[in-house]
Amino acid sequence: MILHPGIMALLLGSVIVALMLLYASAMGVKILLQWDFQSSSAGQLALERRTCLISTLISYAFGFVVLSGFLYVYTVDDIHQLFVGAMCAVGSLNANPIGWYVLWTKIGSFFLAAVWLALNYFDQRAEDFPLVKLKYIFLLLVVPVVFLDLYYESMYFLGLHPEIITSCCGSLFADSGSAVAGSLAGLPVKPMMGVFYLFLLLHSGAGILCLLTQATVFRYALSLLSLLFFFVAMAAIISYISLYIYELPTHHCPFDILQKEYHFIGYPLYTTLFLGVLYGLFPGLFQPLKRLASLREEVKRAERIWVALSMLALTVFALLSSWPVWFGNLTMQGYY
Amino acid sequence: MIRHLKILEHALSTIVRRKYKNFAVIVVYSFTIMVLASILFLSHSLKTEAANILSQAPDLIVQRTMAGRHELVPENYVEVIKGNRGVGKITPRYWGYYYDALTGSNYTILGVTGALPEMEMVEGALPSRSGECVVGEGVARARRIGVGDELILVNSQGLGQVFEVAGKFTAASDILTNDLIILGERDVIDFFGFPQGRATDITVEIRNPSEVQNIAGRIKRDLPDARPITKQEIIRTYDAVFNWRSGMMLTIFSAALVSFCILAWDKATGLSGEEKSEIGILKAIGWDTSDILELKFWEGLVISLTSFLLGLIAAFVHVFYFGATILAPVIKGWSVLFPSFKLIPFVNLYQVFVIGFLTVIPYIASTVIPSWKAAIADPESVMRS
Repeated sequence: MILHPGIMALLLGSVIVALMLLYASAMGVKILLQWDFQSSSAGQLALERRTCLISTLISYAFGFVVLSGFLYVYTVDDIHQLFVGAMCAVGSLNANPIGWYVLWTKIGSFFLAAVWLALNYFDQRAEDFPLVKLKYIFLLLVVPVVFLDLYYESMYFLGLHPEIITSCCGSLFADSGSAVAGSLAGLPVKPMMGVFYLFLLLHSGAGILCLLTQATVFRYALSLLSLLFFFVAMAAIISYISLYIYELPTHHCPFDILQKEYHFIGYPLYTTLFLGVLYGLFPGLFQPLKRLASLREEVKRAERIWVALSMLALTVFALLSSWPVWFGNLTMQGYY
Repeated sequence: MIRHLKILEHALSTIVRRKYKNFAVIVVYSFTIMVLASILFLSHSLKTEAANILSQAPDLIVQRTMAGRHELVPENYVEVIKGNRGVGKITPRYWGYYYDALTGSNYTILGVTGALPEMEMVEGALPSRSGECVVGEGVARARRIGVGDELILVNSQGLGQVFEVAGKFTAASDILTNDLIILGERDVIDFFGFPQGRATDITVEIRNPSEVQNIAGRIKRDLPDARPITKQEIIRTYDAVFNWRSGMMLTIFSAALVSFCILAWDKATGLSGEEKSEIGILKAIGWDTSDILELKFWEGLVISLTSFLLGLIAAFVHVFYFGATILAPVIKGWSVLFPSFKLIPFVNLYQVFVIGFLTVIPYIASTVIPSWKAAIADPESVMRS
C-alpha cells in the first residue's frame, strides 16, 4: 500500500520532520551541556546564534506536523474505498489498528509542539534567555513522540493490505458496540446537550473572569475546563452532533463528517475545537512563568490574547455544531 | 504586521534584483512540480473516468472457472441464481475476443438481442437481423469501412463470414466502443461456435446495493465453480492499480526531486560576495538575525509559490490539453487499438496538497540551514572582505 501518492507524501513529510528534529535535538543537547549566559566567550556566542537556527527548524517542523495531521486524516478517509466493508476513515484505521496510534501520536505531537512554540516565543522575548534549559529539555521529550509517530505511520501503511474485510463504522459506533465508542454513542441526547452547553457556559464564564481579574485561580480553572471540554465535546460529537449533521438518528461516526457529502464540515469543527482547547490550556500551563521577572508582563499580555482566542474559537465551534441542531431537518423529539 | 510586509517587500525586490539566479531555480522547481503534478492529475482523471464508466456496469458478473481457468457458463445457472431473493434481471452474455491478422489488432465481439439502453451513440442502426453488425470507431478506422460497407471476419471454422455494417459508434463513446463489434446474439454463437447452452458469463442486477456481497456469497455457495465479481471489486481494483502506477512513477521521479533539493541547497549556500555584503549591511543598520531569517523565509515562500502555481498550470495544460503525451502510455496502459479519449479536467484540493507536501516541504527543509548560515554572518568581516 506504500505506493499511494498521499501515503508517499505523508511518509516523506514525516521523515523530513524527524530528521529536522533530530538535528535540532542534537544541537539542543549541546546547548543544554554548554550554555552559560554569563560567559562572553566565542563558544557561547555561537550557541546563542544556534538557538536561532533551532527555533526556525522546529517552527518549520511543527508547521509540517500540523499539515500532516490534516493530510493523514484525509488520506485515511480517501483510501477507505480500497477495503471491503469500510465506509469511512474508521474502516481504514481498523484495517490495521496501528492507524489509531498514529492518530493519537499526531494529536499528541500537535499539542506538545504548540507548547514548545509558546515557550520559545517567550524565551526570545526576554533579554536573558530565561527558558533555554527548560525548552531544550522539553524538546527532548517531544522528539520521541515524533519518532514514534513516524514509526507507527510506517508500520500502519506497510501493514495495510487492500481487499481485506474490515468492520465499518456502522458496527463500531452502533449503540450496542462494545468499549468506549459504543457507550459514547449510547449517551442520551438531551442530557448530553445539557452537559455540552453547561461546560461551554462555564468555560466562557471562566474566560470572562480571566479577562476581568488577575486572580490565578481562574486561569487554572480555565485550563481545567478546557481540558474537560475537549472530552465533553468529543462525546457530544459522537453522541448527538453527528446525528444532526447526518440527519440520521442511528449514525454516530465522528469521521464521516470529514467527507465531501457533509461539506467537509468536520475540518472547521475539529480545527476550532483543537485551537479553542489549546489556547484555553495555555494560561494555566504558563502561570509558573510569571515568577520570572523578565517574563511577567509578557505572559500577562499573551494571556489576554489566548483567553480571547480560546473563547472565540470555541464560540465558532459551538455555532458550527449547534447550527444543524437548531436549523437542520432532523428532529429527535421521539428519541428524547 | 507592517513590519512583516516591509520585509516581504524587501524580499521581492531582492528576488527581482537577482532575476537570473532566481529564474533558474524557478524553472527547475516548476518543472519538477509539473512532472509530479502531471502524474497525479492524469491518474486521478483516469480513476474518475473509470469510476464513471463502471457506474453503468452490472452489479454482479458471474463467471465460471475450471482448473483455475475461465470457462463458459452453462445457461441453466441462470435458474439457480434466480432462486436468490433481491435479484433483478439476469442476462447471459455472449462475447469474446477476435484477433484480426489483417491489422494485427484485437476486437471485442459482443452479441445483443433487442436495444442497448446506454449505447445511444450509434450512427445508423443496431443489428436488426442476422448478418448485420455495428462497429466501433477504431475498428472502422483499422478496416477502413463505414455504414453500408461489408466487414469480413474469419469464424471458428476458418471460413470467412460477411457482415453488413448497419451502424457505427460515434467517437464520443470511444473509450467503451473503440474495439467493439456488435452482432446479433445468434450470429455470435455461430461465429465462435459456442457449445449448446453455454454463455461467456452472466450479468446479475441486484436491487439493493448493500445486498451485493451477500448474494455473491450465496451464489458461490450454490455454484462452487462460479466466480462472482462485484462492481465494487472492479472499481476498487482500478483504484488500486492507478494509485500503484502513479506511486511507481512518483518513486521514479523522486530521483529528480532529490537532485532538485541538492540544487536548491547549493544555490542557497553559494552566496555571492554581493549578497554577503548586502546581508552585512542589513545587519550593520540594525537588522537582527531573526529578521534576516524572515527575509530568507519570504524569499523561499515567494519562489515556492510562484513555481508551484507555474508547475500546476503547466501540468494542467500538459495533461488536459495535450493529453499527457509523455506519461500516458505508462499510466493508461496500451494496446494496438487504444481508444483516444479526452481526459476530464478534474483537480481537487487533496492532490494540490499532496503535490505541495512532496515538493515545497523538501525545498524548504533543504534551504533552512544555508539561510541560517547566511544570516549569522558577522557584518564587520563580511563588509571588509
